[in-house]
Amino acid sequence: MSDIGRIGPSTGVVPTEGAHRIPVLPRGLRRAPSGIDEVATEHLIVNMGPQHPSTHGVLHILLELDGEVVVAAEASLGYLHRGIEKLVEHRRYHQIGTLLDRADYVSGLHSETALAMAVESLAGIEVPEKAQWIRSLVMEVNRITSHMLWLGTFGLDLGAMAPFLYTMREREALLDILEAITGSRMMFNYVRPGGVLADLPAGIGVALDTFLATFDGYMDEYDTLLGGNEIFVERVRGVGVIDATTATAFGMTGACLRAAGVDYDVRKAAPYAAYAHVEFEVPLGTVGDCWDRYAVRMEELRWAGRLIRQLLDGMPEGDHTAKVPKGLRPPAGESYAAVESPRGELGIHLVSDGSDRPYRMRLRSPAYFNLAVIDEALSGGLVADAVATLGSLDIVLGEIDR
Amino acid sequence: MSPLLQALLRTLAAVALLLVNGVVLILMLRKVLARLHLRLGPTRVGPWGVLQTVADVFKLLTKEDFRPSGADKWLFRLAPVLVFVPSFMAYLPLALSDTWRFSDLDTGVLFVLAAGSLVPIGILMAGWGSNAKWSLLGGLRAAGQQIAYEIPLMLSVLGPVMFAGSLNVAAIVNAQRGVWLGVIPRWFVLPQLVGFVIFAIAGQAETSQTPFDMSEAESELITGFANEYSGMRFGFMFLAEFSNMFVVSALGVTLFFGGWLVPWADRNPLALALGPAVFMLKTYLGIAVMMWVRGTLPRVRVDQLLAFSWKTLIPVSLAWTVLSALVMRAVNL
Repeated sequence: MSDIGRIGPSTGVVPTEGAHRIPVLPRGLRRAPSGIDEVATEHLIVNMGPQHPSTHGVLHILLELDGEVVVAAEASLGYLHRGIEKLVEHRRYHQIGTLLDRADYVSGLHSETALAMAVESLAGIEVPEKAQWIRSLVMEVNRITSHMLWLGTFGLDLGAMAPFLYTMREREALLDILEAITGSRMMFNYVRPGGVLADLPAGIGVALDTFLATFDGYMDEYDTLLGGNEIFVERVRGVGVIDATTATAFGMTGACLRAAGVDYDVRKAAPYAAYAHVEFEVPLGTVGDCWDRYAVRMEELRWAGRLIRQLLDGMPEGDHTAKVPKGLRPPAGESYAAVESPRGELGIHLVSDGSDRPYRMRLRSPAYFNLAVIDEALSGGLVADAVATLGSLDIVLGEIDR
Repeated sequence: MSPLLQALLRTLAAVALLLVNGVVLILMLRKVLARLHLRLGPTRVGPWGVLQTVADVFKLLTKEDFRPSGADKWLFRLAPVLVFVPSFMAYLPLALSDTWRFSDLDTGVLFVLAAGSLVPIGILMAGWGSNAKWSLLGGLRAAGQQIAYEIPLMLSVLGPVMFAGSLNVAAIVNAQRGVWLGVIPRWFVLPQLVGFVIFAIAGQAETSQTPFDMSEAESELITGFANEYSGMRFGFMFLAEFSNMFVVSALGVTLFFGGWLVPWADRNPLALALGPAVFMLKTYLGIAVMMWVRGTLPRVRVDQLLAFSWKTLIPVSLAWTVLSALVMRAVNL
């Protein structure tokens, strides 16, 4: 731990003793399972990020390395903090969604739905059947766009360039469809308290049919390109193992938790929107390594496709929104609503003091909890494993830093 | 013409080939990868984007020549030279045809490999001299990788050399004239198929391309040893990479695919006159395959890479060398 690391731009001045020292990592010097323990080497502390191609945004990880073996890892957060939770306290209930879109900017519809559900339970609003089905539909479409981005960047993390460009094909097709439905590609503000902004436009069923016709075939292609590649399998199998005990202890949710074999999916545990009316399975892994997280998400993608088909076929008639007053003033009280976002349980805790603005809003961002485990998950692996594991956790910094 | 002037002109010709190769290969890499990736690649600068590389060179030329404080001045400055010069030296023994050659070295193949093995020293210097941790990791990886893959590369080359009984590239190509069984061209790739596969794998590693781009490993080490370099210092390292690709592919064509010979017409004067074009075509096809592999596969991990070389590739290539020597002796090829 005698290495000096400088944070911030170089000043050209060699740091004197004690100046600009990296904070001592909590778990200190740990023995790396490298098999060359008897050779005493100095540990190296490197800054991975905030500018690094594999940190998926502006994540800063302090890595303590013994050669190329990671001894300890500590995440340093907050580079993308915009104070969304505080800003919300100064917005009317209808204005919050637009901020939440910018929290998890990859799957905005999920946070919007969680918010709408929390507001509805506070104000006692009854949501029309059709609105519930539309919410489920757009959320599943959003899940595919999010998982596709993850799949592509996971490939990039492992050095495979091709899958990223191919996943953009599916992602773009669905973003076009989402734009037709919501008016925006990523910053939707479509799910509102009481229902959704607008009814599904005509022809959306045909557009989704066209997409679904090729989707399963393309999924097989990805399975061949990545899952069928010996190099890929060698890079992910047994790497970054997070077992069920650790995962639950750290409050992990979503695919990262299910990869460890824990059967928890908010869509099943506390059905919302239209999930009680459709049939789907929750794919589970066994050991919780990178391969399991990959396989679980790949299955989820296929299930999302099947869910879209069911939701389209079963779409009821009726209104797309309930009548909600513009200056909504829910009675004083608290509510919590959670959805299964592509990253896990995304919860909104709202506290109302009876005014037209929330007294407090708390966003339970799943990726924050999923990221907390990195010291356990990365230690003992190589730098390349650290990159693979981080990629398999599917973090979105906008949601972690808020 | 005096021998000195002749040598000078030949060297200049090699430089010209290297530079043209660099420009063409960079555009080719972009277009090939784009084709593999469902995109277009450069389209804006010049027709079909052909001037993109020229624009890039101008950009690199106008960039600040930056040296981080704390970097070792001499190592940092010398490293790009040491990466670039060997990759250029490797051009000199190559022969585009019986008459189109830069030099007539009797130890040509050995010289190419020797020049290639100088490159990791430059990379190590760049990694060490930058005084940056990620660069250092990249430099160390490059050194380990290069040592591990140099050996199978050398051993895989031995087969054709034994068949031809010479290290001279022209002699090796000329030994591949004629046909076996009346139809099959006498290219060494057939009897030396295992040797060729080893050569292809080791060659991909030698040129540090995916799946073996350990020293750069963008998603792990950012750009590895080249992290702190900018402007033309970076440009030279970049150019060296493409020039190495050409050398490895050209060596493969010479050793295994009959160099400039056109199959079934290797004594036809017209075909021989077209030799340089045939040689370039074969070499570029080889490079296209290397780019195809690069655009498709994920990267192996550094320990897997080393284990694969020491535990699989080297024993196999040793065994294969002994086997082909014994068979050659037995059937008196």
